[in-house]
Amino acid sequence: MTHEAHHVAIERVDPLLVHPVTIKKVTWETDDTFTLDINLGEFAEGYSFRPGQFNMLYVFGLGEAAISISSDAAEPEALAHTIHRVGTVTTGLAHLKRGDMIGLRGPYGSSWPIDVARGKDVCIVAGGIGLAPLRPVMYALFRERKAFERIILLYGARSPLDLLYRVELEEWSKEHNVEVLVTVDRGDSSWKGHIGVVTNLFTYLKIDARATVAYVCGPETMMKYTIDELERRGLQESQIFLSMERNMKCAVGFCGHCQYGPEFICKDGPVFELPRIRPLLEKKEL
Amino acid sequence: MHILDSSDLHVLFETLSSRGYTVVGPTVRGEAIVYDQLRTVEDLPRGFRDEQSPAHYALKRDDEDLFFGFVVGPQSWKKYLYPPRLTLFSAAKSGKGFTVSTSLAESPPRKLAFFGVRPCELAAIAIQDRVFTAGEYVDPTYKMMRENVFIVAVNCTVTGANCFCASLGTGPEARSGYDIVLTEMKQAGRHYFTVASGSERGESVLGALPGAKAGAEQEKAAGETLRTAAASQLKHMASDLAPQLLKDNFEHPRWDDVAKRCLACTNCTMVCPTCFCSTVEDSTDLSGARAERTRRWDSCFTMDFTKVAGGNIRPSTRARYRQWLTHKLSNWVDQFGTSGCVGCGRCITWCPAGIDITAEVDAIRGTGPQEEGVAHAS
Amino acid sequence: MQAENLTEILRQQPFLAGLSPAHMEVLVGCASNVHFAEGANLIHEGHLANKFYLIRTGRVALETDINARGRIRIQTVGPGEVLGWSWLVRPYRWHFNGLAVADVRAVALDGECLRNKSENDHDFGYEMLSRLSLVMERRLEATRMQLLDLYTIAPRVSE
Repeated sequence: MTHEAHHVAIERVDPLLVHPVTIKKVTWETDDTFTLDINLGEFAEGYSFRPGQFNMLYVFGLGEAAISISSDAAEPEALAHTIHRVGTVTTGLAHLKRGDMIGLRGPYGSSWPIDVARGKDVCIVAGGIGLAPLRPVMYALFRERKAFERIILLYGARSPLDLLYRVELEEWSKEHNVEVLVTVDRGDSSWKGHIGVVTNLFTYLKIDARATVAYVCGPETMMKYTIDELERRGLQESQIFLSMERNMKCAVGFCGHCQYGPEFICKDGPVFELPRIRPLLEKKEL
Repeated sequence: MHILDSSDLHVLFETLSSRGYTVVGPTVRGEAIVYDQLRTVEDLPRGFRDEQSPAHYALKRDDEDLFFGFVVGPQSWKKYLYPPRLTLFSAAKSGKGFTVSTSLAESPPRKLAFFGVRPCELAAIAIQDRVFTAGEYVDPTYKMMRENVFIVAVNCTVTGANCFCASLGTGPEARSGYDIVLTEMKQAGRHYFTVASGSERGESVLGALPGAKAGAEQEKAAGETLRTAAASQLKHMASDLAPQLLKDNFEHPRWDDVAKRCLACTNCTMVCPTCFCSTVEDSTDLSGARAERTRRWDSCFTMDFTKVAGGNIRPSTRARYRQWLTHKLSNWVDQFGTSGCVGCGRCITWCPAGIDITAEVDAIRGTGPQEEGVAHAS
Repeated sequence: MQAENLTEILRQQPFLAGLSPAHMEVLVGCASNVHFAEGANLIHEGHLANKFYLIRTGRVALETDINARGRIRIQTVGPGEVLGWSWLVRPYRWHFNGLAVADVRAVALDGECLRNKSENDHDFGYEMLSRLSLVMERRLEATRMQLLDLYTIAPRVSE
């Protein structure tokens, strides 16, 4: 085996090797959240993902961050990540410009089970940056709009300035028959929408508990309150799915950091059906 | 079964060397027996035994003059298969971007012969095999190292005071996972090894050794010695009960108790032959033109282990100790189908506070010594 | 507005679910149908709080002015929800403005009327209080959630 061929074989086999890709476009969504459109280049061939999965993004010399994919799974070459700037690596990503190079590996993790919602109502509850990993679900539902009944989006953010995808939310409502309810924790005199916790938006809805599937993503506390609210309205555990988060280093179940009870969030999750992790949610400092 | 005279042990050694193996095994370094490259059988800790108890390890000279009169030291074979530091890749700036290269493509790995692997360690290697090669993702370095290792196992004819392999079924006799297995015997003035092969290449090496086939008496004697060693173990782990017990006792007061003693020093995870947590470090050279990503051993006891943006999931020592023990004895079963513990006792020896995991499990069961103010498990 | 129509409207309000017809009759005596155009205030900060509103349509924003920060809105109340309980506790003053951010139709219940009827009929009073306790409990829980500022990843709380 030639040296080159050996190198290629290792690349395919080594799950920790990063692939150089470039930035196609940078869009600032809010003052601390931005979307990177990625040009996969050579890595595009054979690359595909499912809604809910994530990639590890590498900034030269700084490190990696696990970022959910927030673009359409039917168009993998239009890969995009919406990123919240909170630490060293995400700040490094925030300084990038069009044409800059980063490392990428993935996709990893479990995905939102969309098939179970066929013929049913879909209730998506998103808190803060939690809307980003749920956006691919929305796109998947739109591709087969008639296969699903009502699509409801309940979305909460800190303030009007922190809302993501505002223009798209309007489109979803107008063109794809999505019932979009948006709320913020506090507003000012220019905000005429709802103000309050995202779970309160259920007050303005009548849902058919037996025929609804819920996908929930946001801060853990918010997800717990949402689960309570969904169950109060009659949903069974098996109808509820959530996306969990933990510190990740390797994304392939080797480094041990993302363990949540016996679950490796990187490969058993991040998307879980509620019954599987119910006993874990109640434990403190797990 | 074959008999090899103790004076012929060097032949096994030389056969392995001549077949291209670098022999690594136990040797005395300072005040402990560690694993390192062995040049000859003289490098083995002949005549040494190790005195171990909670938070105590001492090497003593022994009249028996056995080659393997000790059990296990602070190191395990994971230092070879799963090195403490490993460069995963390096990257170099190139024009507007950078290129990435991996060192895996460079030189092929060394062929190692592990000389003196204890049965508990065989179990530990099998456990790490499952972690790194039997799942959805395979660690290519581990796989490559592992395929190039020849294992000479040694059954334990002596047992350590902290050993509890018998209660876990991982020793003191090796059942599988070795190329060759030795049992050191001193009978009627004769010092010899019983030798058996466990694989084709083991059989091939066996064929190059002097000595004769073992007689029924010798086989029986070896078996009895091992049974005696098993029966003389002082510690026991209720390994069948542990998984559910720990799931059911997340808020047991014993965790508060152990948290008072545990220093979160990470010794236990470093010496444990199955612990596999790691972290990655990214660094650049001074010019910023070259970057490297290194994997190194990590421990769930560190403050940073569960750091997330905005805080820490397990800030207390209590939570971290509970995580380690629950992972080792309970979650591991869900993840990999077996317990993560092999009963080697290292964590008990090398814990500066002398915490004994068998006693902790017993205390949660309510069968251990109760301390004042500690409630029984209901 | 006829009393029976008002009764029908009240019966549909989730707040009054399960109220006995007898108690409903007591309540109706304190009720009136109201309408506020977008931009009008239902309640004024600092003013005497003598009404409580069951919102039918539209949305009311609770707001206050903070020095230098300007006008901040901390909650909205929508269809099927309740606005105001300051009529229940002395000194009966509103703590926020309640601005109609969309056209609002509501049933206004007179505070003094309700207080008197509750004094005379403790069973009725208990019905009102137990329902209000539930509203307050949910509102407090929600407010606490808002206070936790969950969407902020690393709020500075202490050193």
